[in-house]
Order: sequence, then structure tokens, then C-alpha cells
Amino acid sequence: MIVSRRWLEALLGRPLDAREVAEQVTMHAAAVDAVVPLHQDLGDVVIGRVLEVKKHPNADRLSLCRVDAGAVAGPVDVVCGAPNVQAGKTYPYAPVGATLPGGVKLERRKIRGVESNGMLCSAKELGLGVDHAGILELDTTAPPGSRFVDVVPVADHQIVIDVPANRPDLLCHKGVARELAAVLGGTVKLPPIPGAGGAAPAGGDAALGGRRRAPSARGDVPARSAEPGVAAGPSGRVTSGVVDEVEIRLEDPEGAPRYMIAVIRGVKVAPSPAWLTARLSSIGQRPINNVVDATNYILFELNQPLHAFDLAKLNGPAVVVRRAKPGEKIVTLDGLTRTLTPDMTAICDAKRPTIIAGVMGSADSEVSAATTDLVLECAFFQPTRIRRTRRALELSSESSYRFERGIDMLGMPDALRRAIELIIAVAGGELREPPLDLWPEPQQERTIFLRPERVAHLLGVPVEPAEIERRLTSVGFFLAPKDGRLAVQVPGWRPDVTRDVDLIEEVARLKGYDAFPDELRPYRPGTVPDAPEEQARARVREGMVRVGLLEARTIPLGPADGPNSVRILNPLSAEEAHLRRRLLPGLVRRVEHNWASRNRDVRLFEVGTVFRLGAGAPEEWTSLAAVLTGARRPPHWSEGAKLPDMDIWDLKHHFELAVELAAPGCKLEPASGGESGWVAVQRGGEVVGHAGPLEGDAPVWAAPLFGLEVRLAVTGRRPVVYRPLPVQPPVELDVALVLPEGVSALRVAEVLQRAVGPLLERLEVFDEYRGPGIPAGHRSVAWHCTFRDPERTLREAEVNVALARGLAALEDELGVRRREG
Amino acid sequence: MRDLLAALTELRERLQEIPQADQRRLQDLKTEILGRKAGALTQMLGRLPKLDASAKQAVGAAANALKREFEAAFADRERVLKRAAGAVAGLDLSMPGRAVWRGGYHLVTQVVDEICDIFRELGFTRAVGPEAETERYNFFALNFPKDHPALDAQDSFYLGEGLLLRTHTSPVQIRTLERYPPPIRVVIPGQVYRRDPFDASHAPVFEQIEGLAVDEGISFVDFKATLATFARRFFTADTRVRFRPSFFPFTEPSAEMDVQCQMCRGAGCATCKQTGWMEILGSGMVHPAVLENGGVSSERYSGFAWGMGPARIAMTRHGIADIRLLYESDVRFLAQFAGGVR
Repeated sequence: MIVSRRWLEALLGRPLDAREVAEQVTMHAAAVDAVVPLHQDLGDVVIGRVLEVKKHPNADRLSLCRVDAGAVAGPVDVVCGAPNVQAGKTYPYAPVGATLPGGVKLERRKIRGVESNGMLCSAKELGLGVDHAGILELDTTAPPGSRFVDVVPVADHQIVIDVPANRPDLLCHKGVARELAAVLGGTVKLPPIPGAGGAAPAGGDAALGGRRRAPSARGDVPARSAEPGVAAGPSGRVTSGVVDEVEIRLEDPEGAPRYMIAVIRGVKVAPSPAWLTARLSSIGQRPINNVVDATNYILFELNQPLHAFDLAKLNGPAVVVRRAKPGEKIVTLDGLTRTLTPDMTAICDAKRPTIIAGVMGSADSEVSAATTDLVLECAFFQPTRIRRTRRALELSSESSYRFERGIDMLGMPDALRRAIELIIAVAGGELREPPLDLWPEPQQERTIFLRPERVAHLLGVPVEPAEIERRLTSVGFFLAPKDGRLAVQVPGWRPDVTRDVDLIEEVARLKGYDAFPDELRPYRPGTVPDAPEEQARARVREGMVRVGLLEARTIPLGPADGPNSVRILNPLSAEEAHLRRRLLPGLVRRVEHNWASRNRDVRLFEVGTVFRLGAGAPEEWTSLAAVLTGARRPPHWSEGAKLPDMDIWDLKHHFELAVELAAPGCKLEPASGGESGWVAVQRGGEVVGHAGPLEGDAPVWAAPLFGLEVRLAVTGRRPVVYRPLPVQPPVELDVALVLPEGVSALRVAEVLQRAVGPLLERLEVFDEYRGPGIPAGHRSVAWHCTFRDPERTLREAEVNVALARGLAALEDELGVRRREG
Repeated sequence: MRDLLAALTELRERLQEIPQADQRRLQDLKTEILGRKAGALTQMLGRLPKLDASAKQAVGAAANALKREFEAAFADRERVLKRAAGAVAGLDLSMPGRAVWRGGYHLVTQVVDEICDIFRELGFTRAVGPEAETERYNFFALNFPKDHPALDAQDSFYLGEGLLLRTHTSPVQIRTLERYPPPIRVVIPGQVYRRDPFDASHAPVFEQIEGLAVDEGISFVDFKATLATFARRFFTADTRVRFRPSFFPFTEPSAEMDVQCQMCRGAGCATCKQTGWMEILGSGMVHPAVLENGGVSSERYSGFAWGMGPARIAMTRHGIADIRLLYESDVRFLAQFAGGVR
């Protein structure tokens, strides 16, 4: 929401500092995103009085003016091309050296042989409008040489407020002014409408051709004291009536709980007066014509959307408020054909829809230059109905935005009255009959009961009842004590206030959050234990970081990466329409990204959530994945240029570590079924992890890529139980064995361990060899064996006996022999 | 026998090679002379059994003595070489040292842990919840009205059957209230999803940290104090903090907490858009409807809650302008925050 400082000043009857406004609004109501100065770049422009106008000696269309700019420039000659320049009048004058909007710096120069000292300016040249047919004539008594911005009130500030969804009252100047009055002091009064009710001309805006009068006594009448109807409109359960020969039928009171119509005849549609276009321009709204501008003005002043449409174009003439029929069509103002549904409320004439209620009108009922008689609608449309319509049609407007958030149903008569007054002031015409007010189920202000002690309890500091009353009253609540509580009447413009805690917030924010102390007080420890998932994730991360891997975070959205992947119904793109089932594909993309940046050595891991279709809700769990490629360790000059790249054995070690961290108790097995690498298998046989070589979009210089992924098991860790360190000496010896094809080192180790028994403390492979001396199809594998008896010193003879037992078993069971020689 | 003794004498000559040998040569010499199969001395000793008794004794004694001499010489030389390897004299000490790969936590993980650790000192444990949530937990139990504009700011990815990817960590507030009795003090880190195109300042997925404290007598003062204390610990002890009104359906009163801009110390700069403040978190007193929806009496209990974005906090603190850097996983970026040299 953009508000204008000047507009606020008009409502508050006092000058304001834009920065101060921004600060106060931010600290007490809603965040101000920006303060944008308007027309502050006219500081070099002064008031110039034209003393004399002569024809330019060398050009028919130019005149030579003698301009008095007071102390800024004594009478100087200025060449002027405007047809409207007259001696004795005042205009904005930019002297030599002045900088104009857009950064143009004026220089003394000759025009058709005559020296021109500066420039008399048009509205367009000053950034004040589009009119450049003539120079801007000023109606001011300020002495020549006065600064233009001091004399003509064009300099303004836009204050951009980030209005939260619960505060529709801040979507208009009156609402913002109300908040400012509460914190700065003062009252809000609607400024009189120039030209209405015999207003007296006075300075200020008048200098731009507008009219302004001193603030009148008529002002911010609280809605609760207003009459429910503007005039003799029927109340009770009446849902139809006739106003000035137009039949009105409210057939959808659920969609439009309150509906008011005025008929104004004999208007003259034309451009708005300067003061009105200036107001709208100051908040970035494009002026259209006097009628539309008047309704927009009321929208931004009072937050009441209004719709004016052309009576001549209504069949009937009738206004029927009903649910749209299925498939009913309307061409909206933006020129598009919209198809309506019965979930939407339509304003129709006797034949067809003319307005999508609360959202947008039709092109053919629009007010045009030819319009003379107006139907002016002032309605409350049901917020959720408008929201659904807006979403279904993907069509948003200033009106729908406000109806969705809820407008002040009780303030409608005041808003309509002011709108009629404004339209008649700017476009003429007359109201022959009072407006019709269809309000089948009239409502009153909501009343909430507030216990004063509850305020102090929740806010943590004592708050006197007098302060509660003062704060709440300042923004329009009405309080009366009742049975030790306060009965608080909520004004119609505050749909967000529905229970006592909402009032407590009002007290707190108006007092100012900064006014509360912030010293820590004692607290009781909580009952919630740390989530074991978080502990497990932390443990796994630490383990991976320790072995030199960098943690990555990837986006869990992507293409389907296998069966049972979870689909997103409304994805941003087809490539991101599924939730990941695994982390590895995402990490491979990240490796490719690194390759593209010429990073050859990449070691990443991720601990993240993965998803799979389940019965009912998707299953989700945490996965650990890692990718490895490039040098095994950073190169060092002492070791030559090339260090070995990571290979499948580096992968295996990382996989063992990952399984130990993430899925303790699982066994590693070679992958089967055409897969290469390993799998991690749970006791029950379920595969919870895998590791192997990966394919990626690799440049020629890239090293082989490997990856692993393990499902994270959330298990408590049992503490490590200390095993006493050995005190007896070991006997160590190396054994080289010849293994026939198909016999695995693991199998050999198992047989050896079993046959030798507990004396064999440790077995460590230290070599593998194929070639001369070994039969074809066989290989030699060498183990370093450590024997130890924890109780006593082993003798070599005992070791030899035990080893012989093992070797016999190996030959027997696996055909493995000790290598000769 | 004579030629054996001559051979031993000849072999003894080779002792002199040892003090000059480098590590590699030393290894070769050892194999040549004492090698288990082909070592010159080993083979000589192997021939002893074929000699007659007197020769066996003479040659055996000499050979064994020589073997001991060699062993001693090899050991001496090894000690010398080992010492030399540790010596620095004559080296160019500006040459680079030998590195190992260094791992590191993702910046967001670091910030999450840092934040949660500060709250741990203030009595908060870590809780979690699912990322695929029901609309009830994500919105309605949190007091979001149906069909209300407040839902617009939470543009969601829907999975069907009333499920969506959570748009904030706040659903875990309800889950925690349902499961544990007060007093409750938890922080809830986790990933959340918004239907925002991926650009420099938006990611469709990002990390959030929720906090919740519920007990008897918790007030607005406790709320302000806890979060202000956090801010002063996370940033600096003299960091100024301000609270201002805001709106969240699940808190009332609601507040936004700003801290003094860390770039300009409040003077106004491009980072803080000249305001001098940085928005850090949204927060407030737990709405009574939320307590009730979680099965907790709002008459007896009150509390406060907040949510913040560690990725955004990390970006402002570390001067990262584009959020996508956090997810690209360029190892040069990750390594900058791993505290490593490479």
C-alpha cells in the first residue's frame, strides 16, 4: 500500500515528516518498506514573473520574455515557445545552471540568434504531468525568486507500507492517519471536497488550479453512531427495491450481505480537476476520468471499493445481484472474455452479467465520455467468495484485494455519501432519490470482553485499566466496564479483532514493543528430549567431515528418479515435479557442476530427506550419500606431479565408514544382479545401502567417479565397552597363499580364523600377486598374521601347530595352498 | 674353507659402503647381503653344514661375527638417515607443506548448529517433524483461516489428499504440544518448501528454525528477553535489537525482530536498504487457538514462538549475495567455510 504524506497531512490537519511517519508506522502498526520522495528534484526551479512579452525577431512561433526572478536572476531575457505566455503572470522558471528532472542542466544559449537565459517550464518538463502544450501558469502571490517547491505543494513522499493480511484498515489513508493520530496525537478529519457545498478558495493546492478550504468540523464520524442507511432505504429483510426508476434485486445475500446503490443523473464525464489527479498521481494511480477518479479517490481514502457504471447500457434498467449461471460469459475491462461459475457472484442487468462482483466490471457497462447517468454501487462482498473468484479467474484488482481482506460494512453509508458528494463536485449531476440500502441481516459492532488482569499477565508488566482504555479508544474501540471486565466494541474496520488476546496486542503495539523490558527471568526446564534423528544426523555429518568430505545441500526436487517417486501436483517445472528418492543423482549433478568449473578433486556428502510413495502419506527418511572423484590426497611437490586418483578401494573404505555411522550392524556384500560395487544388508536381509562406480557427464581429464548411499537408521548408540590392552607379546608371521579362481579373501580369512581359533588375533592382507610362479587362474594373497594368547607367552611351536591346522583346513575346504618357495 | 674365509674378508669390505648409502641403497645392500634367500652372507651360512667340524666352527664364528657387524652397521646407518629426515638445516622452509584433504560442514549446517547451541544454553532441546505434512498441521491447527489471504504468503507444493510440503517448521509446534506436557522448550530446525522460482534471493527449499516455549506465566517480557539474548550472543554483545508489530495467524501479539545491521552498525547501507536494521525473525506470543488445537489449556498456559531462516542469516553475516551459491556445491565455495587451506 502506497500512501502520500500530503494526503495524510490533509487528514490530520498538520505537517508531517515522512521519515517520522515511516518510523511510527513501522514501530506501531506495520512495516514501512520504503519512503520515496516525489518531485524533490525541482529545487532549482523558482517563481518567475513575466514582465513583458515581445515577438522573437527571427521566429514567428517564439516570443522573447523579460522575466523577473527576484534575487535569483534580475530581469533577464528568456526565449519561450509556449502560446500561453502572458505578461504579468507567474510561471515556474529554471535559471541558467538549474538541473531539471531527468538530469538536464540548463545552459545559456542562443535560440535563433537571441540569447536565452533559462527556461519557463511546462508541467511535463517538471515531471508533473503530460501537458506540454503550454507553460504551467501559477496562481500565487509568492514573490518572484521564491523556490517553486516551497510555493506549490507538489513535493511529496510516497510511504510504502507492507500491510499484513489481517489489517485491511491500513489499506487507505484514513486508516493510516488513524494510527498516526493514536501515536502522535491529534484527530482525523476528512478534508472537505473542493468545489462541493460552496467551498471558499484558498492558497495551497489552489496554486495548481485546485480549490481548498479550511478543515470543517465534519469529520471522522464513528461508524457506530452512523445511521444504518444513508436515508430512507428499506431495512429488515428487504432484498429488493427501486431507486430512481432502476430496479435493484439482491438475490445472493450470502455473496453480498450489504448492497447499496445510488443513481446520479446528468453527469459530465471529463478529465478530473488538478487536485484530484494530483492526489491519485501521488500514489502512483493513473487518472482516468472524473467519475472513475472519484471512486478511486474514495477507495484510497476510506478503503471502500465503489463501482460506477453507465445506466444507459443497463437492460431493464435493473441491477440484479445473483450467483452466476454455469458458463455465463463476460468481457472484462481488460478486454478478456471470462467464463463464470455459480461459485461467483455477478452483478447483472435484466439480461446478462455486467460486473464480476468485487473483482472487475465489463467493458460494455464502463463509464465513457458519453455517459450521463450513473449507477453507483457500494457493496460488501463476502471475502472468501471474492478470494475464490479471484483465484479461479486469476484476476486481481484493487477492489478484490480489499474485499478479500474485509471492508468496513458499517462504514458503507458514510463512504457512499462522500462518493456522491465528490462525483457531483467534479462531474456535476444530481441525486434525485436517496440511495437504496439492501441489508437483509443488519449487523452491529462485535463486543469482546477483556479482563484487565489478563493484559498484565500476558504482557508481563502492569498495565493500568486507564491506559488500556486510552490505548484502545485511540484507534476507535469503545469501552464500557461490565462485571469487573471491560466490554469492548470493535469498530467495523477491524475484522481481525475477535478475541481478548487481539485487544492485548493492540495495547502492546500502541504502547510500543520497545517499551517492554527484556531481562531474562527464571524458567523451568522442558520435558522434550533431544530428537534422536537430530543426534544421528549430527553423528553422521561429523564422521564424514572427519575423513575430509565437504557437506553439500542440494534441492530435493527433480525429475522422477525411479519407481514410487512422489509427484508434486503443482510443480514449478516438469524437471522439478518429483521429490527425490535418493540423494546420489543430485550429488552427481553437483560433481558435474564442479567439473564444469574445472574442479577435478571433488568429495561431497549430503545428509538429507528422501521420499517414496507409501500407503497413505509418503514415506520419508534421512539418507547419507557421498561422491568421490580425483586425487586421493592433495599433491605435494616432493612426490612428483601425479598422485594416485581415488579408486574402488577408497570407495570401499568410505562405504564401510558410512555404514558403520549410519546403519551400524549391517553387513557389506558384493552387489549382485549385474550391479558393481557393494551393498549394505541388514540382519533381516533388507538392503539399506549401496556403493559403486558412477557415470557422469565427465570431461576427458576427470578421474573415475564413485558414490555411496546409506539409509540412516535412528538407533541409540550403545557405549563402547573397554577391552583390556594386551600385556603378552604377540607372535607375528606372514603367510602367502595361492587361491584358486572364485575363492574370496574373506572366505579364506573366515576358514583360517575358525580353524586356528582365538589364538589368531588379527589377519591383515598386505599383498596380492598374479604372474610367474603362480598357476594360471590363481592368485597369491599374502596375510600378515598376529597370534597372541592373552594369558601367557606363546611359543613358536604352538603357533606352528595352530597355523598348520589352519592351512590343512584351507586346503581341504577351499583348495588353497601355501605359496611355494 | 679357505675360499670361504677369503669371501668373508671380501664381503667385509662392503661394510664401508654403508655409511654412504641413502635409504634406497641401504635397502638394496641389506637384501644383497642379509636377504633371506639370496643374501651373500645368508648363502655362506647355508653352506656351513657341508663343512667338517673344525672348518664349520671357524667359518661359522667368522660369518656370524660379520653378520652382527653388518646388522649393527645397517642399524647405525638407519638411525642416521632417520635423523636426517627430521633435520631442517639447509631446506627452503618456504616450500609448501604436505596436506591432507579437509572436510567441512555446510555453512547452513554451521549456522543452524550455532543457533541451536545458543538456545540450548537457554534451555531449548532439538525437536523435528516430517516435511510432507497435512494441511491441518501446516495451516489450520495453526489458526490459519480457510480461504484467507494469509495463505497467499505460503504458496505451497501440494502432494494430494490433503498433503503438502510444509511451508514452515511451525507444524512441529502442534506436534510437540500434542505429544509432550508443558513446560516445553524446543527449537525445531528443518527444511521447508515454498513455491518460489529459484533465483538470487529465493529458493524453493530452505532451512528454517522454529522455536517454542510454553509454560505457566510466560509473558511478553520473557519472549523479548529470550530472543534479544539470542541476538546478542549470535551477533555481538552490544548489538541493538528492536521488536515491531507483525502478523502471523499462530501468534498474538505478533512481532518481527530486527537487529542492528551488521555491515554498517546501524548507519544505513545497501545491505539494510539504508534502514540500519536487518530483519532476523518473525515471532510472537503463541495464539491461544494454537495452544487449544495442541490440547493445552490457554487459560493456564502461555508461551512464545518464533521462526527464522539460517540461510538468510548466513548470507547477511557472510556477505553472500546469491542464495543459489549455497546449493551449487562448488567445492571452492564449500571449502571457504570449511576453515581449510584448500
